[in-house]
Amino acid sequence: MKAFSYERIDDAAQAAARAFEVPGSKFIAGGTNLLDLMKHEIEVPPHLIDITRTGLDDITETGEGGVRIGALVSNTALAANERIRCDYPVLSRALFSGASGQLRNKASTGGNLLQRTRCPYFYDTAMPCNKRAPGAGCAALDEGADTRQLGVIGTSEHCIATHPSDMAVALRVLDAEVETITPQGQTRRLTLDEFYRLPGDTPDVENVLEPGEIITGVVLPAPVGGRQQYYKVRDRASYAFALVSVALIETDDGKGRVALGGVAHKPWRRDEADAELGNGAKAVMAKLLDGARPTDENAYKLTLAERTLAALLAKE
Amino acid sequence: MDFNQSADENLFDHARIIGKPHTRVDGALKVTGTAPYAYERHDVVENPLVGYPLGSSIAKGHITRMDATAARNAEGVAAVITTLDIDELPRAESNVAKLFGGDMIEHYHQAIAVVVADTLEQARAATSLIEVEYEEIPGEFDLDDAWKRLQDRDVVSHVGDVDAAFESAEITLDETYYTASQSHAMMEPHATIADWCDGKNMTLWTSNQMIEWTRQALATTFEIDADTIRLESPYIGGGFGGKLWLRADAVLAALGSRETGRPVKVALPRSFIFNNATHRSGTVQRLRIAANRDGRITAFDHAAISHTLPGGSGEDAVNQTRCFYAGENRRVAHHAIDMNLPESADMRAPGEASGLAALEIAMDEMAEKLGMDPVEFRILNDTQVNPEEPSKRYSDRHFVECLRKGAEGFNWSARNTTPGSKREGQWLIGQGMAGAYRGAPTLDSGARVRLSEGRLIVETDMTDIGTGSYTIIAQTAAETMGLEMDDVEVRLGNSAYPAASGSGGQMGAASSTAGVYAACVALQGEITKRLGVESARFESGQVVAGGKRVALRDVAQNEELVGEDTLHFGDFKDELEIGTFAAHFVEVAVHAYTGETRLRRTLSVVDAGRILNPVTARSQVIGGMTMATGAALTEGLNIDSQRGYFTNHDLAGYEIAVHADIPEQEVIFLDTQDGASTPLKAKGVGELGICGGAAAVANAMYNATGIRLRDYPMTLDRMLDRLPGA
Repeated sequence: MKAFSYERIDDAAQAAARAFEVPGSKFIAGGTNLLDLMKHEIEVPPHLIDITRTGLDDITETGEGGVRIGALVSNTALAANERIRCDYPVLSRALFSGASGQLRNKASTGGNLLQRTRCPYFYDTAMPCNKRAPGAGCAALDEGADTRQLGVIGTSEHCIATHPSDMAVALRVLDAEVETITPQGQTRRLTLDEFYRLPGDTPDVENVLEPGEIITGVVLPAPVGGRQQYYKVRDRASYAFALVSVALIETDDGKGRVALGGVAHKPWRRDEADAELGNGAKAVMAKLLDGARPTDENAYKLTLAERTLAALLAKE
Repeated sequence: MDFNQSADENLFDHARIIGKPHTRVDGALKVTGTAPYAYERHDVVENPLVGYPLGSSIAKGHITRMDATAARNAEGVAAVITTLDIDELPRAESNVAKLFGGDMIEHYHQAIAVVVADTLEQARAATSLIEVEYEEIPGEFDLDDAWKRLQDRDVVSHVGDVDAAFESAEITLDETYYTASQSHAMMEPHATIADWCDGKNMTLWTSNQMIEWTRQALATTFEIDADTIRLESPYIGGGFGGKLWLRADAVLAALGSRETGRPVKVALPRSFIFNNATHRSGTVQRLRIAANRDGRITAFDHAAISHTLPGGSGEDAVNQTRCFYAGENRRVAHHAIDMNLPESADMRAPGEASGLAALEIAMDEMAEKLGMDPVEFRILNDTQVNPEEPSKRYSDRHFVECLRKGAEGFNWSARNTTPGSKREGQWLIGQGMAGAYRGAPTLDSGARVRLSEGRLIVETDMTDIGTGSYTIIAQTAAETMGLEMDDVEVRLGNSAYPAASGSGGQMGAASSTAGVYAACVALQGEITKRLGVESARFESGQVVAGGKRVALRDVAQNEELVGEDTLHFGDFKDELEIGTFAAHFVEVAVHAYTGETRLRRTLSVVDAGRILNPVTARSQVIGGMTMATGAALTEGLNIDSQRGYFTNHDLAGYEIAVHADIPEQEVIFLDTQDGASTPLKAKGVGELGICGGAAAVANAMYNATGIRLRDYPMTLDRMLDRLPGA
């Protein structure tokens, strides 16, 4: 861990302005991912801004019938919230399938969105990784690499990492928006599709946040109802990252939405795939995973995604 | 005390304390966080400096240049020692990979420097300032390739005529099985505080299973007199064979202390557990079985390979096949292939766990070919003699009873016998079983007991790696001396105490309790001498002799009485096969769409001689079964086959079973005694639980799905295409 300076700022706009002033500074809330990364010197921020007292820890109603979730709401509190469990059960289920009880108690909503990948080469600083050290190369793309957990679609010749969040997959299927405030004090709202970037030739840039810009909350639109499921497939029964996860909403009008985790650099959803939901899992995946470029080791994820969706659709 | 013939009836056959379910005497210390572990010995060392290691980032080659100037100048840094600063340290016999010194790189994360600083953070930050240049040499990392290239097989043993037996056999099986490399992944990493400040006398507070071996290894490594070395390892947060040896933590801490003249502590970072320390080698195994149509096995032919650094012995997977089941013709061959992965060495049931993972699937497959129940097939092929050497009898073998009792307890007869045909919702349900066999070796073991005012202190360098040594040793001493558990204090893991077996090879419980028994008998001799009697009974805290009763506290006033002895195990054991046996029964659910496999329940029936303490022994068996479940379903070190290292080098990537994976485990101990083993007629169970357990899971998966997997860990991607789905 590199030495760093620390300060606490109790106002989100001021925190954003301060972060803009100090290049390379990072916000810290739960710290469940950032502190690990700092110990490994994967993240080496010179300055930390503690935002835990910015008061962004409420879950409130929006004027449009939806819900606004403060960026500091813990994963545990969000998953257990009655309104979330009744009206957005896919989100509650996704949260409960993630991490462990202890981590969910500490982890924040904003921090969950900003988790870094679990690619084993990103985590080993002796290995080339374009995400950790831009231009260094990608060990995961070399012959003989361990790629079983890595991405199959939306990848690039510079990076095949996945985004590890379960929560973000549920938010994607719920059409949630990320709310931010810039160092200049402007707020903006971004869909998750807009918020996250594909790796392209800058895999180190994972989202569209500008320097200093801070996530203040997540806004859920009015409930869509329907049957909501989240299925996380993993090797062991708990405390493991998804091989593939599926968030599914089937609405009463026979339509629905589906998003995947564990396959791409961002929660993976396509409108044209949603439109195929009435035609079964195979038809959905033909659209959703069109253009996939898996490795020999992770091609199973294509089959697994289809079979997992089929299992959810077949549930009584 | 010499143990030169099987024990006759003795006090342990009428035990008050031995064999009873005493909870751990060290339990309160463990759950309150007050048991002193090596890295936190604040009670004995104040403000030690902290060392942090740097590992090689290549698997094979040489270091051509190192520059530690920036690290030396970093804040708080007291010393930096690089591998180029000293000659290669001599290797103890038990070390295959070099631990430190010189420019040669043998494996990834080999220790190449240690930074010693005031704080962990300073030391860790400074390691990344060290510049290293390498000359890399391509290495061999692919076991499967090595297997394919292998021409001649070194035959370990061959009795009868295996080739002829296969030619004339009515039913044969010929399959190849793969087991993955595995990590001990113990909770407490290797850790040491070293005080070698004067460069003369060395004291190590460390985490090690074998005090005396490690003291000798230190003497060899640093070319010093073993008498100048003191080792303490009273509490160990898991070892599983990974802490049998001297490792880099102790070496770097000692070097750091000598260099700075201050105590230095070093814990291996978690990633080092996987690539710097040892692991269990993966194996490739070809197994052939021949049988008559009536189910009698006529031949076994088992060949296996594993990887090792040059000079090591790999993972010998064929040994159990030599004598577990009957059959006149048998041949086994094992190759340890020199490769450039980190050092492979012993891990819980070394060889046995991997060999039985294959053999016990093969037995299941063979039973199916024969149209026999797998339990009955094993019963039919039981043996009471070593089939390689029929003059050698098993001292006490109740494997058939394990099988029958297990089948009854598990309700085996009610199981579905058509694979893939039992379903609950989206889950396929299956049941499977496997046999287990692990030898019951013993090692000479010493102890000292000190009696003062009616209280007994036991001292031995035996270790407790979470197994319950403290408790069973207290039970043994209390039983022998006629005291209560509360009258006995047990002190372990200190080189100042008499040398014992240590913890390894499931030898510890049987050997160390025998040594403590011998020491207590020596103390009894001292007491009877004091009382001027020929013999005496020891009961209720009293000595009973010649119609007199004297309280132990009154035998010697204001004086301590000491008994010390070593139990020497005699050659008569070589004429016998002494082993432990079990049958494991498992029920799994496999998701028909996704292939996720979840354990539902397990039953293990165990024949391991007298069970000294059914509570701690049960923990050993279910712990072994838990590790076997990991081996079956998730535990495998992933190899980057170009760069030559294990990529999943943390506990997020290397998935051991968690609580949610292990719903219900039951253990039944047969009430057996093996007088050939020890005076207590006890044998170990620390490794029996992992033996055969993985195959039981695999066989249950086959019963659930109808898909036969022979490649561990049996993750869903290996069968996804063949699962039914709807």
